[in-house]
Amino acid sequence: MNSLYYQKRLSRNIGDKFFTSLSVICALIATLPLIFLVTYILIKGGSQITPELFTLEPNPPGDDLDAGGINPALIGTLIITTIASIIAIPVGVGGGIYLAEYSKGGAFSRFIRFGVNVLAGVPSIIAGVFIYALIVSTKILFGSMYSGLAGGIALSILMLPTVIKTTDEGLKLVPNELRYASLGVGASMYTTILKVTLPSAFRSIATGVVLGIARAAGETAPLIFTALFSYYYITGFGDLFYEMGSLAVLIYNFALEPYDAQNKLAWAASFILVLSILSVNIFSRILAAFTEKTKRV
Amino acid sequence: MEEKLTLFKNRKRFGIEKNIDIIFKNTALVLSSLVAIILLGIILVVFFQSFESFSRYGLKFIVTSEWNPVKDEYGAFTAIYGTLVTSFLSLLITIPLGVGTAIFITEDFVPKVFREIIGSFVELLAAIPSVVLGLWAIFVMEPFFRAFFVFLHNFFGWIPLFSTEPTGRNSLLAILILVVMLLPIVTSIARDSLNQVPKKLRNAAYGIGASRWKTIFSVILPAALSGIMAGVLLALGRAMGETMAVTMIIGNSNAFSWSLLSPGYTISSMLANQFGEADGSQVSSLFYAAFVLMILSLVVNIFAQWLVKKFSLKY
Repeated sequence: MNSLYYQKRLSRNIGDKFFTSLSVICALIATLPLIFLVTYILIKGGSQITPELFTLEPNPPGDDLDAGGINPALIGTLIITTIASIIAIPVGVGGGIYLAEYSKGGAFSRFIRFGVNVLAGVPSIIAGVFIYALIVSTKILFGSMYSGLAGGIALSILMLPTVIKTTDEGLKLVPNELRYASLGVGASMYTTILKVTLPSAFRSIATGVVLGIARAAGETAPLIFTALFSYYYITGFGDLFYEMGSLAVLIYNFALEPYDAQNKLAWAASFILVLSILSVNIFSRILAAFTEKTKRV
Repeated sequence: MEEKLTLFKNRKRFGIEKNIDIIFKNTALVLSSLVAIILLGIILVVFFQSFESFSRYGLKFIVTSEWNPVKDEYGAFTAIYGTLVTSFLSLLITIPLGVGTAIFITEDFVPKVFREIIGSFVELLAAIPSVVLGLWAIFVMEPFFRAFFVFLHNFFGWIPLFSTEPTGRNSLLAILILVVMLLPIVTSIARDSLNQVPKKLRNAAYGIGASRWKTIFSVILPAALSGIMAGVLLALGRAMGETMAVTMIIGNSNAFSWSLLSPGYTISSMLANQFGEADGSQVSSLFYAAFVLMILSLVVNIFAQWLVKKFSLKY
């Protein structure tokens, strides 16, 4: 009779308690750094934010107490990420369309999907090395070596697998009935894709692409020897072919400077970068949850 | 009769529309092949750029540790050793932490809302750029752990791994920041594979009287093992290629040392440090190192994919 009651001292119950607390500790250790990290960046970086930060050029490191601003790096990040998106989104969406709509489970699509996964696992610095060898050292882009354009191309290689994967998976979720209906009323394949399947998968593709862009915006390794860095304002279209600063490279360069003023600038840049990336992430998460709820109804 | 025939006269598509359809399909085909072309291009370009160094040193490059641009002698052993040690040791710390967290999220210890919050928190950690983690490691983590490292050296200095006096940046800090970066990967993949284990299995185990953790260890974890292993391998690939945070905190020294408390090097940090200023045969040697890194991460990646395909759950 007694054995029907919960017995605290039974070895299995003690073991259970032990492992449960172990997993609680694991979860705490995993989440504490994030809380600590984010609050630290928000406090330390947020306290450096001034209006001049957004309008001034950074001063070259030195004994200057005034470090200047991060305007060129901010604009540079926007430009380089835009270039990467302009290349990666059409290529990735087009490739994803082929995988999901034309070559559904064939050998070709299996091979390409494998390639996409492998490309996603290529270290980001290798993409930089590749573009250095292909574009920077050969001066193939109208004789310019290090340039914002080369940096954008390097980033696009990193974005490409994400875009293809989200397009492929987004299109696979579209029910086949929609395709049959469209083809049945006489639409051609491309009309079906452009007018029916792609629009109905739009939201999930867009979410994935935006997350990919946010991720690319923080990438540093492919930029340090393709786009390099610049202290000067970006004034016109021609600046694309010269060295271009970016927030990520600014953080890298200025974190390693021995001067306090530059370090503070790095913190401010981190604040802006982390805040924008996290808000994009949280926003798309909420959007995705919202979509799921409306779908269930 | 006449009417019917005119009806069917247009049953074929117009030439233009047909052509657009073909062009559309072929464009998509070319775009998707681009992935394979880029991948092949990366491998070939890096290989051919490293050819000079490859033919000069052969495999000796991998086992010698002299890296001397003045004497024009190159060997990448220190960097390769650093890459392997930092990635494997960081993984060793990450696996129990990540799987433990994943179990915590998938079991019902706390209400679902809390578990979801913790889950998305951990995933957000993955979104933080590694350069920001490096900045944080330099200014927060290094001072924080300094006293602990001195303690490690004083009490465990007889172990070769802790045999040097800690001075600022070192390999152990790189390992710790890698743990922070790998945790989200391992946790989220482990969580997904644990969630995929059918409820039936759990109920059956409970039904024959297994306790919660007996069920987890003997039923649920083995069933989710392939997914977890694949996640671990993906994390390993990421750890080997990770550049910025490691470069900023590892100390960047090519002097070989067994000790984790001395500054070290990884292939990627060597590339990040030297590529911009290198010339002559140093560039070729750096490409050779990059090639080694690429092969390492390719092998890990392909193995992970094979594992997923081979052992994916078939319930």
